[in-house]
Amino acid sequence: MEFALAALVGLFFATAIYLLLSKAVIRMLLGIAILGNAVNLLIFTAGRLTREIPPIVPQGQKQLIEPFANPLPQALILTAIVIGFALFTFLLVLGYRAYQELDADDTDTMRIAEPENAPRPPLSY
Amino acid sequence: METEIVKETLVLPKAMIEVATSAADWLVILPVVLALLASALLLMLRSTTRGQAVFAILVVMAIIVIEVQLLLKILELGPQSMTMGKWLPPFGISFSVDVIGASFALAGAIVTLVVLLYVQADIAKREVKYGFYSLVLLMLAGVSGAFMTGDLFNLYVWFEVMLISSFGLIIMGGRKLQLDGAIKYGFLNFLATSFFLAALGFIYGLMGTLNMADIAIVAADAPAGPLAAIGALLLLAFGMKAAAFPVNAWLPASYHTPHPAVSALFGGLLTKVGVYALLRTLVVLMPSAREFLDPLITILAVATLILAPLGALSQINLRRAIGFFLIGGVGAVLAGLAMPSMRGLAGASIYVFHSMLTIAALYLVAGLIERMSGTDDTRKMGGIYNASSMMSILFLVLIFAIAGLPPFLGFWPKLLLIEAGLGQADSVLVVALVLNSFLTVIAGTRLWSHIFWRNGREGKNSEQLNDRLKPLSKKDKWFGIAPTSILVVLIVWFGLFPNSVIDASRTAAADLLYPERYIQSTGLALDVEEDDLEVSQ
Repeated sequence: MEFALAALVGLFFATAIYLLLSKAVIRMLLGIAILGNAVNLLIFTAGRLTREIPPIVPQGQKQLIEPFANPLPQALILTAIVIGFALFTFLLVLGYRAYQELDADDTDTMRIAEPENAPRPPLSY
Repeated sequence: METEIVKETLVLPKAMIEVATSAADWLVILPVVLALLASALLLMLRSTTRGQAVFAILVVMAIIVIEVQLLLKILELGPQSMTMGKWLPPFGISFSVDVIGASFALAGAIVTLVVLLYVQADIAKREVKYGFYSLVLLMLAGVSGAFMTGDLFNLYVWFEVMLISSFGLIIMGGRKLQLDGAIKYGFLNFLATSFFLAALGFIYGLMGTLNMADIAIVAADAPAGPLAAIGALLLLAFGMKAAAFPVNAWLPASYHTPHPAVSALFGGLLTKVGVYALLRTLVVLMPSAREFLDPLITILAVATLILAPLGALSQINLRRAIGFFLIGGVGAVLAGLAMPSMRGLAGASIYVFHSMLTIAALYLVAGLIERMSGTDDTRKMGGIYNASSMMSILFLVLIFAIAGLPPFLGFWPKLLLIEAGLGQADSVLVVALVLNSFLTVIAGTRLWSHIFWRNGREGKNSEQLNDRLKPLSKKDKWFGIAPTSILVVLIVWFGLFPNSVIDASRTAAADLLYPERYIQSTGLALDVEEDDLEVSQ
């Protein structure tokens, strides 16, 4: 089970990096979204998988009885999903605004902040 | 019947903190709580623009007072810790502050205060309505939280708090230039935190804990191979955050786009958190991973040290040139990381402290220069010496401080780093550090002579007086030059009387190298002391 998920994480990372290497902002956004999922799945897998035994304290007990699924990675992922979602939403809107304002979805033509062939400082002084 | 048996085996004091934290210990968490609460309040009241500035400034002053007290307490008693939510340390989230965290947080709050004063000269009502003060306080909360937390996942959360507020600040104004810069800043920083999160997953999988003190204990027995891989991933993630070569391209592409005060805030706070996280994770948590990465860190440090001032030399945009100076400073800290002796780490930690103050002040002066000349192109400035000699003095002092010339604060960390390099016969780093200072002086004084010394603008009229300069208004002088001077006075003061800083940095370096006191403050060491004794025997 771990092996299958590890392979899936690898596949997600490969897809994400491939998309992030693109020049088109919209593809980079998809890459970022997939990267977030790859990382979440990685944390989930790294926390070890225990199937079908929820971490719930049985009635009348004060402690969990082993074995039980590890609840911590799930809590971590939940936090990471919420945060990642917020940042992704921001980047999505930013990408759209940049598309409207700069009239470009291509990072090669986004050169306002770093003009191409910018002049060098004078040699005098 | 069964329930009674369970009750006997369950010893609550072993799993829970049953005594409430005393009010005095709240010092550890108070700066973050105050900043977060004030930020939330200002966000709710953002339509009432009056009084926001005064309130924000008062809150930051209170945070500074608290952090000074916290720093004094730590210098006297050692690292302080507080664990949230009644759970004992490896399970509850700890805030653990040592000298390095407290002093960086203090420098961050000072920079924030100066920036808040500085924006009074020209902030638009519209930007207050968009939540400028709220975002600044949120960023301060994120930065202080990152410097003070004792839990790696919590560090990730503070990174994201910082990131989301910086996104808001960098696009405030919404000019095309800013959108362009924000795209590059946003994507690459989000990528870096994702890598950090992936490293967290590996750390949890390998060691089963995310509490920093606990990791420092467990990592001693962890297998070297996976640890080195995690170290490499952390180096990539935090190196990207800190803008070390070769993952520095986002910084000169974005830091010059927002309002100069925002640039100053970013330059003073954001990259320093990346640098701090490198020191914390690679020195304290995983020393064995760092030893494996040492040759790589040395190469990165040398490349960053030498390439950054060369980048500054080739710029005509003033704030982009300052961005390259900032990157050069990251190289100096990496050099300290590559030779983690007492001196090296003491030098690196003073360097971060110095760089927070100096870079912020340099961006603020750059903002005044741009306001005066109406351009960001150094070729069209010129003649400012005639218009404002005070500004030319501030700029030159800051350039000398950033290059590490003697009477200023920047000299001492460079001296300690070079001493550390000579002590270890690490000649490559020593040469790179000296070369960095040399090139920085050249790049900086060239900027100074173009902007200040030359009478007029570039071209055939360069010796005639620049008639396009707008003299600074009274408001600009009070809220522009005066707050910047506070930072410059601090830099000169600590440069002339460095003893307190150097003593504090020695304590900081000792706590980084031998984290026993740090671990003890969380209350984790009690079970471990026996193991430690066995190892040392």
